[in-house]
Amino acid sequence: MEILMSFLIGILFMTATYLMLSKSLLRIIIGTGLLSHGAHLLILTMGGLKRGAAPLLGEHAKSYVDPLPQALILTAIVISFGVTSFFLVLAYRAYQELGTDNMDRLRGKEGHE
Amino acid sequence: MSLLHLAIVSPLVLAALIPTLYRTFPKIHTGWFLLPLPILLFSYFLQFISQTSQGNTITRNLQWIPSLGIDFTVKIDGLGLLFALLITGIGSLVVLYSIYYLSKEKEKLNLFYVYLLLFMGAMLGVVLSDNLILLYSFWELTSFSSFLLIGYWHHRERSRYGAQKSMLITVFGGLAMLGGILLLYMMTGTFSISETIAVAGELPGSQLFIPALLCFLLGAFTKSAQFPFHIWLPDAMEAPTPVSAYLHSATMVKAGIYLVARLTPIFAQSGIWLWLVAGIGIITLFWGSFSAVRQSDLKGILAYSTISQLGMIMSLLGIGAVALHFDGVNDGIYTVAVTAAVFHLINHATFKGSLFMAVGIIDHETGTRDIRRLGGLMTLMPITFTISLIGTLSMAGLPPFNGFLSKEMFFTGMLNAKEAGIFSLDVWGILFPVIAWTGSVFTFVYCMILLFRTFTGGFKPEKLDKEPHEAPLGMLVPPIILASLVIVFGLFPKLLANTLISPAMAAILPSLVEDGKQFNVHISHWHGFKPELFMTIGVVLVGILLYKTQESWSGIYRLFPEKFSFNKLYDHSLELLQRVSRKFTRMYMNGFIRTYLVYIFSFFIFILGVALVYSQAVKFDTADLAEVRFYEVILVAIIALSSVSILFAKSRLTSIILLGAVGYTVALFFVIFRAPDLALTQLVIETVSVSLFLLCFYHLPKLRKSEGRVGFKLFNLLIAAGVGAIVTVISLSAHSSKKFESISNYYIENTYKKAGGENMVNVILVDFRGFDTLFEICVLGIAALGIYGMIKLRLAKGKTE
Repeated sequence: MEILMSFLIGILFMTATYLMLSKSLLRIIIGTGLLSHGAHLLILTMGGLKRGAAPLLGEHAKSYVDPLPQALILTAIVISFGVTSFFLVLAYRAYQELGTDNMDRLRGKEGHE
Repeated sequence: MSLLHLAIVSPLVLAALIPTLYRTFPKIHTGWFLLPLPILLFSYFLQFISQTSQGNTITRNLQWIPSLGIDFTVKIDGLGLLFALLITGIGSLVVLYSIYYLSKEKEKLNLFYVYLLLFMGAMLGVVLSDNLILLYSFWELTSFSSFLLIGYWHHRERSRYGAQKSMLITVFGGLAMLGGILLLYMMTGTFSISETIAVAGELPGSQLFIPALLCFLLGAFTKSAQFPFHIWLPDAMEAPTPVSAYLHSATMVKAGIYLVARLTPIFAQSGIWLWLVAGIGIITLFWGSFSAVRQSDLKGILAYSTISQLGMIMSLLGIGAVALHFDGVNDGIYTVAVTAAVFHLINHATFKGSLFMAVGIIDHETGTRDIRRLGGLMTLMPITFTISLIGTLSMAGLPPFNGFLSKEMFFTGMLNAKEAGIFSLDVWGILFPVIAWTGSVFTFVYCMILLFRTFTGGFKPEKLDKEPHEAPLGMLVPPIILASLVIVFGLFPKLLANTLISPAMAAILPSLVEDGKQFNVHISHWHGFKPELFMTIGVVLVGILLYKTQESWSGIYRLFPEKFSFNKLYDHSLELLQRVSRKFTRMYMNGFIRTYLVYIFSFFIFILGVALVYSQAVKFDTADLAEVRFYEVILVAIIALSSVSILFAKSRLTSIILLGAVGYTVALFFVIFRAPDLALTQLVIETVSVSLFLLCFYHLPKLRKSEGRVGFKLFNLLIAAGVGAIVTVISLSAHSSKKFESISNYYIENTYKKAGGENMVNVILVDFRGFDTLFEICVLGIAALGIYGMIKLRLAKGKTE
């Protein structure tokens, strides 16, 4: 299963990278969304996908899945949500003010270092 | 802190007081306040002569950074004392001269004297330091204060150019010298010069010896304006004349000479040292005197003549190094070169200082230094003429002045060079006297030009801005003192022999001095009919001939077009450097985010790929895998399909919804892989995110009619595929090489026992690793505030336009 997941993560990273290299700001943001999904799945996979009970003691199981990656992912999800929403509103405002979402036209000018 | 330390730092202390004095006593010329200091220092240093002439040295130590071996150690020996006397003696005269030269009303005297005092203190520090790092600190301070002094009239473009040029070249050399100091430290383990000299015999075997030698020489050659680093000195003539007289003839340019002399006991065992010092010196001698003839500016002539004379001293020091391989204290035929070097060092300081001051007077009283506008000043300025006469004749090497004596000894030294028979001197050594003689002829010619074009011939009042007249007495006194010293040293050279020259030679060639003995310095006017006498006669005859026929042969200067001069080379390389770096920066910093991302991703692929291959980390192990199930394969397929189809989506809405599909499927993964909290959070957050996406972009006006898909770009695809492949390979290899067990058993065992909870993930988040959560809350708070600010705050609109 881990091999399959590795390839899936590779595909997610690939599409994310391709989107981030595009001209449209929206596609770049979608790319970052895909990238964070890829990263979260990577953490989960690296923690091991061995079967076991959910990390709840009430289950009284013999073995549980590893709780630590889950805690890490939870933190990461929340942070990437915060950043994504900020980025989204930033893009929205840039769109409103500058009238374009084309990254080629959002280029820094000479003398504006 | 001893008196000696105090003497070195006293100019720096006084420099701090100058601005206050300048403001408190606006009616008194600020120069008067500092005149006593160099005089006091001069008399203080004079008292050491009795000590050093007996072969004693005085060392005083003051701790600075003892843990690094860097101390404020000062040492007075013959060489250091000679320089200290030059610095303070000529310093006093220059200060006196500057009082009359610089106007109290028009000039910012406070700045001038602060810079000058900084320089004086730094220069004293250079020549008296016994610690290499201390020496380097003072060395850079001289470069720095010289930069300030050259750029004193900073409203002039030429001054700024000259200051920048001298700064770039001397600091380049200074930095090389620092490299040499560190290399030397790696070999010896000490920064102390005396201790290094004591172990000098063991050094040549080291691999670092030659690099250190070259670094030091680079420092010395740039500072002393040796070929081809001489180009900064003529441009430094934009400084006020007292500065040119002090820094660029008598003191700072001799710092390189000092360094070479000081390091002779360490490096002179090497043939490379000998050939570089003597060879570069003799080339500089020739090139300087050759170039001086074509100058039309009086200070230009003096600048090139300084270059030439410095080359002469340098070559003498190089030849003198042969002595280390041969003879003892007495009657050595090679030590005579060192004698000549030290003697000429003193002579040059006297006559060049007086000449600069005389030129300054001419400039001051006629308003020009251009030789084509001057002439016939002899009767108008008789005293200045006399001073110039003495100075130029001494410089040309005529009797009875001191220049004659040192030039004779110079020829002797050069003639002896070819007889050494080491380092192939017997083959090439003949070049030295030949080049030296040719250089001396040109020296004679420019001396004549300097003297006769200025003072004889027709007087051209219509070309002058001012009515020329003799200078005030105060301005004349310093050059008169120097000119009389020229005569005194010329007539009674024995005055110097045992007091200054012999102790200085003992410092340059310490291994030749046995205890209680001294160098015998023979300086005599009459050698008998020896080759050097005929050489001098030849110089005079050919020189007169060349001077008379200058019109007919000056065409040779046009053989080298201005385009190929070293100045043009410097200018072009500086410009080229700027142009190329600007072009290069513009090329890769093109302002497109996409390009920068390409750099980042390519670097990511490259560095990780190389590291993986290089460290043989790529592994594939199927032992520790979970089994593949049907549901999971379906979910994998869904995510893969939807993420790839985003690439082909035509409208924004489709892409957003496809992203949502990926997010919800990830939540399903969390369900399958037993992560209920994650699934919950992921579902909620994905819903909010997608609605945010929709909210933002659905309501926006359609800016472009054809939304189109992502334009297909093969290059981007390659990069993206590379990133994906690298991540896959890394995750596979990482999974296949697990080194140790997880620490999670601790959490599983203690979640209830110690924390009193049953949900392990929650307990980790708020109890075991609660700090993460605290700052994650901060991140959300900041994001919320930022979004609020972005939407509410609209400052720029309408205001900037």
